[in-house]
Amino acid sequence: MKNKIKRSGPVLFSGYNRGEAIRKVITMSREDILFNIKESRLKGRGGAGFPTSTKWMLVAAASSEEKYVICNADEGEPGTFKDRVLLVEYPEMVLDGMVVGGYTMGAKKGIIYLRGEYEYILKSLQDYIVQMRKDNLLGKNILGNEGFDFDIEIFLGSGAYVCGEETALIESLEGNRGEARNRPPFPVSTGYLGNPTSVNNVETFAAVSHIVIKGGEWYRKMGTDKSSGSKLFSISGDCERPGVYELPWGITINDVLIMVGAKNTKAVQVGGASGVCLSKDHFNRSLAYEDVSTGGSIIIFNESRNMLSVLKNFMEFFVEESCGQCTPCRIGNVKLLEGVEMLEKGEFTFSYINRLKDLGRTMQLASKCGLGQSSPNSFISILDNFKGEILNRTGGKNGN
Amino acid sequence: MLLMEKNNLTEEIEALVKFYGSNRSALLTILHEVQKKYRYVPDFAQQEIARLLDIHPVEVYSVISFYAFLNSTPKGKNIVRLCQTITCEMHGKKEIATAVERELGIKIGETTKDNKFTVEYANCLGMCDEGPAMAINDRVFTHLTPEKAINILNEIR
Ligand SMILES: Cc1cc2nc3c(=O)[nH]c(=O)nc-3n(C[C@H](O)[C@H](O)[C@H](O)COP(=O)(O)O)c2cc1C
Ligand code: SF4
Ligand code: FES
Repeated sequence: MKNKIKRSGPVLFSGYNRGEAIRKVITMSREDILFNIKESRLKGRGGAGFPTSTKWMLVAAASSEEKYVICNADEGEPGTFKDRVLLVEYPEMVLDGMVVGGYTMGAKKGIIYLRGEYEYILKSLQDYIVQMRKDNLLGKNILGNEGFDFDIEIFLGSGAYVCGEETALIESLEGNRGEARNRPPFPVSTGYLGNPTSVNNVETFAAVSHIVIKGGEWYRKMGTDKSSGSKLFSISGDCERPGVYELPWGITINDVLIMVGAKNTKAVQVGGASGVCLSKDHFNRSLAYEDVSTGGSIIIFNESRNMLSVLKNFMEFFVEESCGQCTPCRIGNVKLLEGVEMLEKGEFTFSYINRLKDLGRTMQLASKCGLGQSSPNSFISILDNFKGEILNRTGGKNGN
Repeated sequence: MLLMEKNNLTEEIEALVKFYGSNRSALLTILHEVQKKYRYVPDFAQQEIARLLDIHPVEVYSVISFYAFLNSTPKGKNIVRLCQTITCEMHGKKEIATAVERELGIKIGETTKDNKFTVEYANCLGMCDEGPAMAINDRVFTHLTPEKAINILNEIR
């Protein structure tokens, strides 16, 4: 299978020699490594944007004998496929990043949580791990360094989007239903099997490999003030050149649309089903944590698309993928989907739609995990930004 | 299930538990292995896994029922998962689904009489730039047209 890397950038899709980051860090102190990651201002690439250095410092500081480094390769957000491309094309960058994590945080074990849908990558990753062990990039006394032990195993998911949420992921690893945990305690103190655990996105590890080699300052010079470095974007929908692009943070949506050959664009969904849907008047905004923040999914809709059908597809997704543990999310998503169906039939009142938007805002506040907290984003943004198309189509049952 | 089959299953599960360990965290991996061979996790296997991991059988069932890829009822030899998520929908999911349903004479969610195919919808397969996409067992097919999808099914049949 050929992957479409549409645009290489200075970091992730650039030259990298396997083992390079590991060779570099064994000459550095833990403090030095953490300092560089802090300097880089790298934020987690899984969507939430938590500073990687903070997470790693917390795990590094924990005094436990047993710690874990987990690579979150559950990539289930609709419209996201960059982690798959990284794991297929550049496994060395990702796995070396995990070893760097092990060294820095004092963890001896790494686990890749690979979504079940990516089972076909399993074999090549396993072979790669075997090769790393042969080359002493994994295993005991890595590269001859007394006491630097680290190994990686792969755990295959079983088709549940919510398992991408880090505490649900840990539940799943422990052999349970993938139901999110209450936080605190956070995984950095009480993670896998109760031990300090750092869960990071595939792309985060890849970025770390480059940062330790070239330095935090080098990385920070790219992107914007608050969003340093470059980012992989998975771009799909109505455009001539869909695929994975490495782009600097801060690029405007307009520039992205031109680059991928999108014509007559009506809407852009940023951040997947749990992200927001933007109309033309937002296309001059930039992709960055301080403006439109995203884990990297961009879906483009042209003038021919019906935004209500788009919204319906998203809400069906959430109804199916909610783990059902907490009421706002379990019931709320069903209610929002019913609302969409009412809109489709033209059987609605404006006041009921407003009530549903309120319900959405309640779900954002009251849901237990990120799934229910973000599933109303599409509902609210599509109804706000495409009001004309959706509400005036039928005028509402009672017109009030 | 015949007694001999039961004995075989018990032996297989014992071997798996020996290999992966009897900790609860081995549960999903063991379920995967059983399913890989039987295409579902039979009741008896669930009981045996529970016994060997020292957990209640209901726990095993509850885990199976949570995950889309684990089944407690028999499925066809080939599991076809058609992506139903947004970009695949935009690029012709419905036409593919209709063609597959007609060709196999079943509805999405059902299994053919000869047990060769179970067809299901799945959520985003991570192939959105190449949709519409479908997976058959652990292989993925992209840029589908109704005709291409049917040809793939017929080659496997
Ligand atoms: C429903 C849900 C699904 C998620 N799926 C993923 C995922 O597939 N991959 C990922 O890296 N993070 C995912 N996350 C975010 C993780 O919980 C976590 O923040 C992330 O793995 C941390 O890594 P990072 O700091 O490197 O971004 C998901 C969160 C939620 C709420
Ligand atoms: S928000 Fe949804 S997915 Fe998260 S715990 Fe509650 S029900 Fe489960
Ligand atoms: S939407 Fe079908 S593969 Fe992502």
